[in-house]
Amino acid sequence: MSVIYILLTVSVVVGVTFFVIFIMAVRSGQYDDDYTPSVRMLFEDELVKEQTNTTKQTKTD
Amino acid sequence: MGNNTCFHCGDDCGNHPITFQDKSFCCNGCKTVFEIFNENDLTCYYDLQNSPGAIPKEIEGKYDFLSQENIIEKLTEFRSDTIEITTLYIPHIHCSSCIWILENLNKLNPNISDSQVNFGKKTVRVTYDSTKTNLKAVVLLLSSIGYEPYISLDDFNSGEKHINRTLIYKLGVAAFGFGNIMFLSFPEYFEVNEYWLEQYKPLFRWLMFALSLPIVFYAAQDYFISAYKGLKAMILNIDVPIALGVSVLFIRSTIEIMFDLGSGFFDSLAGLIFFLLVGKFFQQKTYQFLSFERDYKSYFPIAITKINKEGNEETIQVYDIEKGDRILIRNEELIPVDGILINGKAKIDYSFVTGESQTVSKASGDKLFAGGKQTNGVIEMEALKSVEQSYLTQLWSNDVFSKNKEDGFTTITNTISKHFTIAILTISLIATSFWLFVDASKAMNVFTAVLIIACPCAIALSAPFTFGNLLRIFGKLKFYVKNASVIEQLAQINTVIFDKTGTITSNKQSHAEYDGAILSDSESLVLKNSLRGSNHPLSRTLYNILQENNIITLDAFEEHIGKGIEAKHDAINMKIGSANFVGSTLESSVLNTTVHISSNNIYKGKYTFYNSYRKGVSKLFNQLKKHFDLVILSGDNEGERENLTKLLPAKTKLIFNQKPEDKLEFIKYHQSEGAKVLMIGDGLNDAGALAQSNVGIAISEDVNVFSPACDGILDASKFKQLYQFIKASKSAIKIIKWSFVLSFFYNIIGLYFAVTGQLEPVVAAILMPLSSISIVVFTTIATNLLGRKLK
Repeated sequence: MSVIYILLTVSVVVGVTFFVIFIMAVRSGQYDDDYTPSVRMLFEDELVKEQTNTTKQTKTD
Repeated sequence: MGNNTCFHCGDDCGNHPITFQDKSFCCNGCKTVFEIFNENDLTCYYDLQNSPGAIPKEIEGKYDFLSQENIIEKLTEFRSDTIEITTLYIPHIHCSSCIWILENLNKLNPNISDSQVNFGKKTVRVTYDSTKTNLKAVVLLLSSIGYEPYISLDDFNSGEKHINRTLIYKLGVAAFGFGNIMFLSFPEYFEVNEYWLEQYKPLFRWLMFALSLPIVFYAAQDYFISAYKGLKAMILNIDVPIALGVSVLFIRSTIEIMFDLGSGFFDSLAGLIFFLLVGKFFQQKTYQFLSFERDYKSYFPIAITKINKEGNEETIQVYDIEKGDRILIRNEELIPVDGILINGKAKIDYSFVTGESQTVSKASGDKLFAGGKQTNGVIEMEALKSVEQSYLTQLWSNDVFSKNKEDGFTTITNTISKHFTIAILTISLIATSFWLFVDASKAMNVFTAVLIIACPCAIALSAPFTFGNLLRIFGKLKFYVKNASVIEQLAQINTVIFDKTGTITSNKQSHAEYDGAILSDSESLVLKNSLRGSNHPLSRTLYNILQENNIITLDAFEEHIGKGIEAKHDAINMKIGSANFVGSTLESSVLNTTVHISSNNIYKGKYTFYNSYRKGVSKLFNQLKKHFDLVILSGDNEGERENLTKLLPAKTKLIFNQKPEDKLEFIKYHQSEGAKVLMIGDGLNDAGALAQSNVGIAISEDVNVFSPACDGILDASKFKQLYQFIKASKSAIKIIKWSFVLSFFYNIIGLYFAVTGQLEPVVAAILMPLSSISIVVFTTIATNLLGRKLK
């Protein structure tokens, strides 16, 4: 019987958690710019390579 | 000679390409940028896209004002002793490699700790160490790599910009509620008489009630507010039946669960509001990088160099300019106030103001007007007025700029909803009174059921989705419209008014026609070579038009300022310039721009300069003339009248010598006569007319920078497609009307259930979202088909 209470609580808690995360995401400005991050993501490999390059250089120095 | 394109910016390198590492560059700037990238191991910039940069402009001294404390204060969003953060608007951001290079600024200047691009807004947010570098250095760095920030008076006033995210929050609340309520009402849908579900029914129902509270009182509050405002103004707008439907849904559902009569319609209620908000969200799409509300502040510089009484230069804010101040205007700087030229050769480009790109020469003592751009070295001027009182800025004090065009415009949705509301109320009253006699217990049930099922969700959705989608399609075709209601207004216009210069004429080219005795070969040789030596704008234009000739050394060359050029070579003594100067006996036409020529004191002929019209102007006017009244409203003199009458259909009205206020009054007058006016202009002098018209569209060669306040911005290259855009707007209205028919069809089915008293929650839960979704699908497909025709 009480399993329904547990299930309900769990589902509501999960729902509320997602809702709170959503509000936090909006507040942090995640929805203000919906294009740049998608491009930035593609550059990230590039940056890692750059960094390893520079570390190599400093080593040879 | 060669068609080499610059490795960095992609421009033609011209006659003298600069070669560096086997790559050609059009200028030293581009070469330097390449070098910087090369040294910093950033050349993969070029792997991303060919020729992504652009030539840095002349920037010497231009940003001196950025070292002033009070200006830095206003431009930075965060300041501490060591760190400053500023957001700069960079119109040049246009592709993914721009993002890449701008987010790697820290490699070019290690004192910059972070830079983040917002592509949609075309801004970059730079964090830097203010003890080691400063705002000016950052701006100069950006300029030197071809991303010159656009800093105007506008940035100065706005301070911190507030981002309005309420709609997203509301959408989130509605979506959260909608999803959970749907879950909780599943058992009710299937009506399983299972023991435990029966047992927990009240709990489920009260949970649904709790979830619906934020939806009704937070997410839907705009509809109540708008309905209340509408009723107060005696208007039955679309929000009245929506608010009525929502409140009836909520109240009836609450009563039902309270007295255990049924499960209520909370799922339909949540779904309805969710879909409505999605529609609103879709309609709200705007082009963040474009500003449709520009006034002079977006064009004017923040600071200007003042020469104080001791003769020293100091940087002051534009607002601090007082009458009588001596101001220094550098090359390429904008004149912020009306004044008198004191020193230096002024060649003012008034294209900001009038759209006319031909520069005007001014001599010491001449009056200069705000908005002009100096193009010929440094000048000194004395301010005659303060910024707010200048001729151009005065225009903005006109009432039209404070009016909101959307008020007072009845949208198609509101027109329909008026009849709709009355019809629904009538049906519900008739049905209720019928049931009162037949079965009084059902009367209240039927009354509310009619109001619930007839809630005009589908009608409210069709306009946002149709216009919203069309807005997106137009944007792709480089026609940027401020909001959805502009498209609706565009469909209703019956008069099209064009500004002439800069709108139907192209800014870039002008052409000249020769009229008179044919020049001999040696004469044309001297003509070309004399023009080579002159810097007068007309000489430059004519020089570019004339055929290529050998370079010869002239025996004598003298330029008489304000008159013309005198040159001598072998036996030819040539005079080029004004009619008086060359000794023309002919009646000189003051209206056209002409250059007269005489050789050995014998009058030869004249070159007359004509505006060069945009491609497709004639065709466009012929398309438009069948449907609209056409007017050309020009600030120029009548010099081009003959040319225009030849080019344009006979019915076109041509009106010349119009001041900015005249244009505004002209439109106001015609509107009072019942005209729905589409105004097409480009310069700041059209701003009043654009604001007064029903739809004001600015034509722009560069959508990022130059456009006055308007309802839409049309890229100059798409000018000839204007008629297609108007036609598409009209088709959009047809699509909306068809979707209304579709939604009425659903309503009739729903009303059958409602009137006969059989409306079950499950019927409402199916019918209401189904009608909404099919409207969305219908309008989206229809507008996409429409958009395909546009291309």
